[in-house]
Amino acid sequence: MSPTATPTTARGSRNGGLAWLAVPALVFFVAFGVVPLVGVLALSFTTWDGIGDINVTGLTSWQAVLSDPGLPHALWVTFLVMALSWAVQTPASLLLGVFLANSQRYRAVLAVVYFVPLLLSSAAIAITYKALLDPNFGLGAGLGIDLLVQDWLGVPELAFGVVIFVVSWQFIPFHSLIYQAGVRQIPKSMYEAAELDGAGRVRQFFSITLPQLKYTVITSSTLMVVGSLTFFDLIFVLTEGGPGDTTRVLALDMYKRGFQANLMGPASVIAVILVLVGLVLALILRRLGGRDATHSQMEGA
Amino acid sequence: MEPRTTSRRNFLALAVSVPIGAALASCGSAGPTPAGGGATGAAAGSGAATYWFLSTQPQEGIRKASVDRFNAANPNAKITATTFQNDAFKTKIKTALGAGQAPTIIWGWGGGGLRTYVQASQVEDLTPWLDQNPAVKNRLFPSSFGAATIDGKIYALPCEAVQPVVLFYNKTCFEKIGAEPPTSWSDIMALVPKFNAAGIAPFSLGGQSRWTNMMWLEFLFDRVGGPELFQAVFDAQKDAWSNPAALDALTKVQDLVKADGFIKGFSSITADSNADQALLYTGKAAMMLHGVWTYGSMALDGGDFVSGGHLGYMNFPPVDGGKGDPSNTVGNPGQYLSIYSKATPEQKETAKKFFATAVLSDEEVKQWTDTGSVPIVQGADKLLASSKDAEWLQFVYGIASGAKTFGQSWDQALSPTAAEILLDNISQLFQLSITPEQFAANMNAVIGK
Repeated sequence: MSPTATPTTARGSRNGGLAWLAVPALVFFVAFGVVPLVGVLALSFTTWDGIGDINVTGLTSWQAVLSDPGLPHALWVTFLVMALSWAVQTPASLLLGVFLANSQRYRAVLAVVYFVPLLLSSAAIAITYKALLDPNFGLGAGLGIDLLVQDWLGVPELAFGVVIFVVSWQFIPFHSLIYQAGVRQIPKSMYEAAELDGAGRVRQFFSITLPQLKYTVITSSTLMVVGSLTFFDLIFVLTEGGPGDTTRVLALDMYKRGFQANLMGPASVIAVILVLVGLVLALILRRLGGRDATHSQMEGA
Repeated sequence: MEPRTTSRRNFLALAVSVPIGAALASCGSAGPTPAGGGATGAAAGSGAATYWFLSTQPQEGIRKASVDRFNAANPNAKITATTFQNDAFKTKIKTALGAGQAPTIIWGWGGGGLRTYVQASQVEDLTPWLDQNPAVKNRLFPSSFGAATIDGKIYALPCEAVQPVVLFYNKTCFEKIGAEPPTSWSDIMALVPKFNAAGIAPFSLGGQSRWTNMMWLEFLFDRVGGPELFQAVFDAQKDAWSNPAALDALTKVQDLVKADGFIKGFSSITADSNADQALLYTGKAAMMLHGVWTYGSMALDGGDFVSGGHLGYMNFPPVDGGKGDPSNTVGNPGQYLSIYSKATPEQKETAKKFFATAVLSDEEVKQWTDTGSVPIVQGADKLLASSKDAEWLQFVYGIASGAKTFGQSWDQALSPTAAEILLDNISQLFQLSITPEQFAANMNAVIGK
């Protein structure tokens, strides 16, 4: 590590205070965040098959990727996964979170049950769903329900729906948890006042709960949107980007080019694009939430 | 609450010093990595070698047993074996080679993958050693050396078993509709509606795995246009995929898809779960084109399907008017062992000793035949007669030794770059989302890459 870096700043700064506390985090961030990022940027200007010598070839990788019709397609698929999984997860987890926020015992039991998918690894979930959806030996065939006997992973629309469903199934518990915590922080007095004014449950939800959860929604949406950029394991195991290239998101495209087709240069280009898209999205979401979304003006953010 | 503010200068000092420290630290660890780092731990420096291979049973057990026998006989130069699952292995070995941490003995499929190792000078040229030890070379199938030879030099020792692709069929299904196994492509097309009418899928296919679909094209290309057709692609001839014979073969496969020749929902079925085999032995599908390695698992999982004689097998039938020799086959002519070029001389010695004394030893040969495989050893057919699967093994031996041309699997023969695009396009071709012409155009674009 860097024994020379820490003591000097820590010793020589009486008024600097506790800045050195950031050092461990900074070291990790630099070692595992910044250094690889610089490496990827450098690799994107090279041609490398992952085994032999690295040749600097300027912009050839960028040209190859940017002129490839696969890139806009992968971007579009990534966007669709992001938008659809957001649209499914947000209402569902919001309602679940509100439901679980009350403290009756049966709700606490249900909360534990809902939490289970989060404990499973994405790969395990994908393998299980793959087995369940098998048209000949899966759930539909086993129970004799014809509706469930479909070419789930073979028809483009169905395969896409399956991906969204499984992603939502896995992550709704997590976001419900965030919303549950958010709802519990809303002062009871607000509801009491609303009740006195004669507001019903639905009105209370839309006029108190939802506005009070504004920053929770932004936090959860940021996690969903940025997180969906990195969906890889689940889709890789479930559909491998198929059928054809229907579910080939950017992260999958990157892996396929880099590790299956041995094109590290183009794969690095996609990685850089992925980072840029992620940064832009995070920035937009922060703007949407007002200047300072992380600073709460109320209890319960 | 007002947090204690950090002055900007302090923060900048931190921000600058930390990356420098981190960079220095990373330089320190990245520098002096010893060559041949595959041998880690206390044994490094002696002749202790490492060996990575695939972890599927029963093959894994046979590989492991060979290593154990070798280690028992050579206590001073042991081999440490590590196993990996198929896809993980492909990625891991590439990463390890790129990082200079590969094992001494590299297991592989030869062909295009081996070529990339050779181009990066990562594997040892075995030609001189094989010239000095002709006994090692001469006892193996000559056809198995094709995929180990790059630009006239041999970079890998063929090992293990020959794995042609054959047409399996369920005899019970054929009896049910009163039909005979197909003897030509037109027979196949005529059987399709008959089986569909009886509620049996004509062909099982694990289409999600993609290489399963590829086997169909390999055979159709061979039967329609002969082995020269794919050889032209392999030799990087311009527009080789647009050959009329190639377009004919591609059209034929799409005709079969359109006629519901493959089981409904085949794109959702994977081969790694063996669901495609299950369709055949449960009688849901009548036929299946697959590698001979599926015989063992069908015997294991299929109840009395194999032992009761319900499994039929044959070479892929000829296409009427096609150029390919009906004896030709495709598949894996063998598996391959290479030696990592950056291993220490002692490790290389150990590896060569392993190649000469342990690979396909008499014990190993017996284990292969016991599991229903045909080892790539000359005269192995004599051993086969005494096996419980004698009939099957003789059939495979006959195909392997009698084939005029033994085509290597396309995804192994081509470079990884081209193979990936090939598999993509094949899955789209079977989805009917691209036409044969589009397929040819997409593939022409990556010829020679």
